Amino acid sequence: MKQPIMRTNRLNLWYGETHALKDVTLDMPEHQITALIGPSGCGKSTFLKTLDRMNELIPSVRIQGEVLYRGKNIFDAQMDVTSLRRYVGMVFQKPNPFPMSIYDNIAYGPRTHGIRGKGELDALVERSLRNAAIWDEVKDRLKKSALSLSGGQQQRICIARALAVEPDVLLMDEATSALDPISTSKIEDLMADLKQSYTIVIVTHNMQQAARVSDRCAFFLHGELVESNGTEQMFSMPKDKRTEDYITGRFG
Amino acid sequence: MDRFMDDFSKILANGKYFHEFLGGIWETLYSTLIATAVAYLLGVLLGVVLIVGRRDGIRPLSSPVMKLLNFVINIVRSVPFLLLMLMVLPLSLILLGTKIGTSASIPPLVIAAIPFVARLVETSLRELDNGVLEASQAMGCTTWQIILKVMLPECLPSLISNFTTAFITILGYGATAGAIGGGGLGRIAINYGYNRYNYAVMLVAVVLIVILVQIFQSIGSYLAVRLDKRISHKARKNTLKKRLQPVSK
Repeated sequence: MKQPIMRTNRLNLWYGETHALKDVTLDMPEHQITALIGPSGCGKSTFLKTLDRMNELIPSVRIQGEVLYRGKNIFDAQMDVTSLRRYVGMVFQKPNPFPMSIYDNIAYGPRTHGIRGKGELDALVERSLRNAAIWDEVKDRLKKSALSLSGGQQQRICIARALAVEPDVLLMDEATSALDPISTSKIEDLMADLKQSYTIVIVTHNMQQAARVSDRCAFFLHGELVESNGTEQMFSMPKDKRTEDYITGRFG
Repeated sequence: MDRFMDDFSKILANGKYFHEFLGGIWETLYSTLIATAVAYLLGVLLGVVLIVGRRDGIRPLSSPVMKLLNFVINIVRSVPFLLLMLMVLPLSLILLGTKIGTSASIPPLVIAAIPFVARLVETSLRELDNGVLEASQAMGCTTWQIILKVMLPECLPSLISNFTTAFITILGYGATAGAIGGGGLGRIAINYGYNRYNYAVMLVAVVLIVILVQIFQSIGSYLAVRLDKRISHKARKNTLKKRLQPVSK
């Protein structure tokens, strides 16, 4: 197994009284796709958001334990949340481009991180759009509003936008669940390409998708990490009875 | 009725009235525009705080602070403008040295309009897609960057519509202010029309106010569509055409 770039160590999270994550210890190895699966409300999205510190502003949230990014605890006082998110990017379930042109959407992140030069931005925008496999579809209308695109294209714009800040880790929260099968397969192909240069963690409700794209799988149930293993082992020989029941469709 | 027509022709013939009305229009425009601009600036700020500071906002403030803000806004909004103006006039005396005249009515107008604008802005910002805010947070934007580069630009069309609404409301408040020493068309309508039973003057003043409202409403609607980045150029043209065409033929 490759060196984990992100790992959680006995991570606990409460929403008020609800214990949403229970002692979760999980490694996410570099240049691999880790899929988080489990029924709704099992804590997988919460877990993903915690990796980017996206849920700590919710007033009732309490977090215990460690999340290590390249060996550093992201909850440390020295860890600046803005720079953490520079390295750990996120793509959401619903395509949510900003109400601006395609170009400005992609350039938005780099600009807020201080890149101003026209040539540099142009190159970065092109590279990000190419990496997100949408350059050919939009190269002639970069000045058009991103909202004029189809849902699948918008989602790839969002992926390009996340790639433009050149992150290390890409978190995808059910990034294909709002898309049609063709857009979904485009994005799945894209993930396979992207893992050459990025580490990817996805949340998915689609078991076939997890089996198709991921290298490793983690099964969550009621806030507990039941089992995590290489995807093939997990799908062919689950160690835990509950995992077996879930992936064979007996519940969830 | 005869007397009314009589008065009416007198108004048209008499240069004194003409100047009076011209001055009234100027005073109304001047006080309303300044009051709207100031109130809008502060109101947007307050509205942003109300949204950003919510429990599930991008930078939640402590709940007592938010409760206090909401409480004060509700109080100011519930006081009828005429009474609020009487209460706030001492502030005009301090700021401008007078309680009478067009300028003196500006501070009360501002105070009355801020909470109103804040609520309008709060309503427009609330409709913002949460996903967009989440995405900008996930990209490592600071709260200020999110407010200035995502929230406000995204809501620009509705903020402009709100500006128009605020302007028209303040114009109405300003006319009321004419009853207790404020300037403008309201003063003319009350002094000449109501106090001296010259209803023709009142009618002319009201018609002028209606025309002003119409003009500003049209400009506001036009700008709101024009600056809407969410719709494409072509759709914008069509929408504009539709909005600018008279509804009935």
